[in-house]
Amino acid sequence: MAILAAVLIALPAFAGNYALSVATLILYFAYTGQAWNVMMGFAGQLSLGHAVYVGVGAYTAGGLFFHFGVGPWVGLWAAMLVCVALGLVIGFLAFRFGISGVYFALLTIAFAEFTRIGFDHFGWTGGPGGMFLRVAQRDTWDLLNFRGPPLMYYYAMLALTAGAFALCWLLLRSRAGYYWQAIRENEEAAQALGINTFRWKMLAVAISSAMTAVSGVFFAFYYNNLFPEQIFHISRSIEIILGPIIGGIGTLFGPVLGAAILTLLSDSITEALAALGWEIPGIKQVFYGIVLLAVVMFLPNGIWPPIARRLRL
Amino acid sequence: MPALDLVANVVVSGLLTGLVYGLMALGLSVIFGVVRVVNFAHGEMMTIAMYAATALFAAFKLDPFLAMLPIAAAFFVFGYALQAGFINPFITRPEHSQFMLLVAIAIILVNALLMVFGPDAHNVQVDYQLESFEIGPVLVDKARLYAALAAVIAASGLFAFFRFTLTGKAIRACADNYLGARVVGLNVKHLYSLTFGLGAMCLAVAGCALVLLVDVTPPLGPSYTLLAFVIVIVGGLGSMGGALLGGVLIGVSEALAGLFIAPSAKSMFSFGLLIVVLLLRPQGLLGRRT
Repeated sequence: MAILAAVLIALPAFAGNYALSVATLILYFAYTGQAWNVMMGFAGQLSLGHAVYVGVGAYTAGGLFFHFGVGPWVGLWAAMLVCVALGLVIGFLAFRFGISGVYFALLTIAFAEFTRIGFDHFGWTGGPGGMFLRVAQRDTWDLLNFRGPPLMYYYAMLALTAGAFALCWLLLRSRAGYYWQAIRENEEAAQALGINTFRWKMLAVAISSAMTAVSGVFFAFYYNNLFPEQIFHISRSIEIILGPIIGGIGTLFGPVLGAAILTLLSDSITEALAALGWEIPGIKQVFYGIVLLAVVMFLPNGIWPPIARRLRL
Repeated sequence: MPALDLVANVVVSGLLTGLVYGLMALGLSVIFGVVRVVNFAHGEMMTIAMYAATALFAAFKLDPFLAMLPIAAAFFVFGYALQAGFINPFITRPEHSQFMLLVAIAIILVNALLMVFGPDAHNVQVDYQLESFEIGPVLVDKARLYAALAAVIAASGLFAFFRFTLTGKAIRACADNYLGARVVGLNVKHLYSLTFGLGAMCLAVAGCALVLLVDVTPPLGPSYTLLAFVIVIVGGLGSMGGALLGGVLIGVSEALAGLFIAPSAKSMFSFGLLIVVLLLRPQGLLGRRT
């Protein structure tokens, strides 16, 4: 663990800008995947529309910055607030009406799609044309406005991911963690034991959506452009969940490992195809899909559990 | 307020298109109702059928309605193989695993189509696409009417199969009670595969019909998958009439929403409707409460 931390902290010393941006992307998906994992792996609720929290968080912080010059640190809290509210609404609607499993997943998809089309028609955030944040100079580390060289973003994301890891570790060992595991394994039995499943599921949703909101804020200030078609699209939601599912749902290392494997895989396939000269549109995704298929079929619990067993963790 | 005959035209057009959507959703309802697996590759499979129809048309000038027969047969085999080979082992797995399996398959299918056919739109050019019947103030597109008729005939055929044949009864038994079906000796895995094959046949017919109405591009797949789910949930899971009714409802409401609000907001209405139905009546309009 210490070795991993040392490597990650020292990475920028021997990695170029491109490698750094890839690493930042890996950490981004690791962090967001970890946030999703709280809802799925811990509380057992399959959310297929998680991009809605990224998007709403990004647009809230971005909109405040764009229209009122509000810095990202304040915008962060606003974004978290809005996303938690949204998550609680979705959770309340779902859990009070007894919607779970596949129906809950479809409900989350419906919310994400509804929001996507809604933002397409929402003038304050730029509509379909998108919103572009003012990009200030990038040489110095301006933490207040969250503008700086790629190095700064890397360390910011690293800090976030480490923080999420620590938070999830703590949560798993807390009372909430045990209640969640009980709910995930057999909700009726948990209720019979007197656990207020509604309250704890709502807590998972709230934490998950708050964490994902931060992801959105990072996205807004890293990429500086937001489009409803992109950020709310169902492929974003699927990207978010690929990491944890491949890596291992409900585990701590799963999302990180999965995000790393997927991003590196995606990049290496692109490189390999370019080297071979097979530049047909779509071929990379086919390979990607085949790998996904193989992992889902042969490693159903993800890649991390067998590795953990090997390392005797 | 648009003129009344414009509204009437839009409603009729939506109704006919909705019947084709209904057939697509019927396939999904049958699959989901029996096998209980969320087929996230549903729209992608229909897109394959649409491309097959355009390919056959380009090569042999084969009318899509005639192309329905070989494509449906091929799709039956394809669906059967998919279920038997990939999905049957996943029945006992958790939902997110099943979902990821079909997402992976969907990704492969969509991008394989992109590789083979390219990103440009393909379509079919038949004479009667430009002709229409005049019934009073309403102009009914011939192509749309024929497509809807094909959908209704296919749906009736499927309904008759499930109602009057032994195999159909066996499949319904599997849907009602998995354990009981196995206890009485039904080969459930084989029946599941049959069901998937039948669902795929619906997609083949719906796809061939739809290719007369829209141009086909690879990204159409995922949006049809979502549409199929909206229709199935609204109409009612496990209810065949519900799927058709849901299709018509969504078809008409999307057409009207496009007319009165804005064309790009059409789907928003459908998703809003899905949310409302999920909350107030999750079994759908004609479904049974399990």
